[in-house]
Amino acid sequence: MLGVVEYYEPWYVQIIKGIIIFAVGLQAVPLVLVAERKILGRFQHRYGPNRVGPFGALQPLADIVKLATKEQFRPKTSIGFLFAFAPIVSILTAVAALAIIPFGDRNDIFGTKVGFYGVDLSIGPLYLFAFGAIAFYGIMLGGWASGSKYSFLGAMRGAAQLISYEVSQGLALVGVIITAGTLSMTGIVHAQQGMWFVVPQFVGFIVFMVASFAETNRAPFDLVEADGEIVGGYNTEYGGARFASYYFSEYLNVIVVSGIATTLFLGGWLIPGIDTPGWAQPFVVMGKMSFFIFIFIWIRATLPRLRYDQLMSFGWKILLPVAMLNTLVTAIIVVVTD
Amino acid sequence: MTFLPTLPEDQLERVKAPEPGGASGLYRALGETLRGMRSTFSSFVEGPLTIQYPEEKVPVYPRFRGRHKLHKFEDTGLEKCVGCSLCAAACPADCIRVVAAENTPEHKVSAGERYAAVYEINMSRCIFCGYCEVACPFDAITMGHDFELSDYHRSDLIFTKEMLLADALERTPLRAEGE
Repeated sequence: MLGVVEYYEPWYVQIIKGIIIFAVGLQAVPLVLVAERKILGRFQHRYGPNRVGPFGALQPLADIVKLATKEQFRPKTSIGFLFAFAPIVSILTAVAALAIIPFGDRNDIFGTKVGFYGVDLSIGPLYLFAFGAIAFYGIMLGGWASGSKYSFLGAMRGAAQLISYEVSQGLALVGVIITAGTLSMTGIVHAQQGMWFVVPQFVGFIVFMVASFAETNRAPFDLVEADGEIVGGYNTEYGGARFASYYFSEYLNVIVVSGIATTLFLGGWLIPGIDTPGWAQPFVVMGKMSFFIFIFIWIRATLPRLRYDQLMSFGWKILLPVAMLNTLVTAIIVVVTD
Repeated sequence: MTFLPTLPEDQLERVKAPEPGGASGLYRALGETLRGMRSTFSSFVEGPLTIQYPEEKVPVYPRFRGRHKLHKFEDTGLEKCVGCSLCAAACPADCIRVVAAENTPEHKVSAGERYAAVYEINMSRCIFCGYCEVACPFDAITMGHDFELSDYHRSDLIFTKEMLLADALERTPLRAEGE
């Protein structure tokens, strides 16, 4: 089973769906952006942006236009090509990670079987971690190449944080992988036919969510940016379109993590008791993703930022042992009941 | 600390904080997180409290001191101001300029012997203290309710007698009694 993907579409189908996923994914980012600002406003008894366009719906457009038309500049101490290259790394890895989220099963479209996903890899979650590991070079290089103290501090924090939380995130997924018996993302969804993994893997789910907050540099783990302490962290010296691409990749990461959580814990396109028709599957997945995105915003509205040593001790002393224990117990149960 | 009043031991109740860290600490942290999420969600449900200013306005109280008004007698149509300059004398910001002139039988402007030929208030200097209103022996000048006085040029903020006598734009809602 492992290492084998049974089915490949014709090449033109792959190109077309690549374009579709890319377009939809990128359109989702401004949506999430405006949703975050509006929902965050509601959490604080205010409206959020509501002046640009109907209900403030054109706010992200205004933001993007403003950022894109800004002058590009860099500090004298920065390292030119790396300074320009780092945001590209960030956005590239975020987009690449979007490819493995299954928005639906293989369905018939005009007689061709098309999988509603970018690629169904035999190493699904490993692909995610591979790109997650490269993504942190975006932050590292950006902060270091800026040639500024605050950027460098932010980058250092980012490096330490991402490394320590990636371990817990990975271990939290091992429980799911053991239970499902496959690394393929669609395979994992199919394995949740009877019950979503959020029930048997509840501890894993919590650990994964907490680690994901840290992985995406979101509050309460936004020490990498920490505007109250180190100005803007790794993106202090960035402006214009380069800053926009950092910003963009951050929100894209939130979408990707929500997609992964949906796939691995909330049964992807499955709804218990209902046989979801092919055309509805992407909508089910996106509905579940927006639930996670709402939780991301909710947590941001609720929790204050952790102190740096608290972050480290929480990651290594609590999250990692819990994730390890979860993996161990799952493994024992699977072996015993098999 | 010597400043703290010392209570006898039997009246003191010592509350011990739970030990930090460990499994119980993790459990407590989770519980407190959920409690915090509940309280933020309740404000989410309550909805915004924002007043959308240019469209919605907070009503002012009846005694709110806004833009000045000069008054006329309703029956005769004569101005109440007699050009005594008491308002200008009372003004701490020195923003009122009054130049008086004699009333003549053919040109009668005010009810008294004299009238204000020039009456100007420099709104960019005015501090809206209301002393002019208090100083006026004829209730000729009162404070209105309008506070939206911004303009593009400082010279436009010098209000002349004609502007002050004209019916002011009532752009400000008034708070009802007991509200």
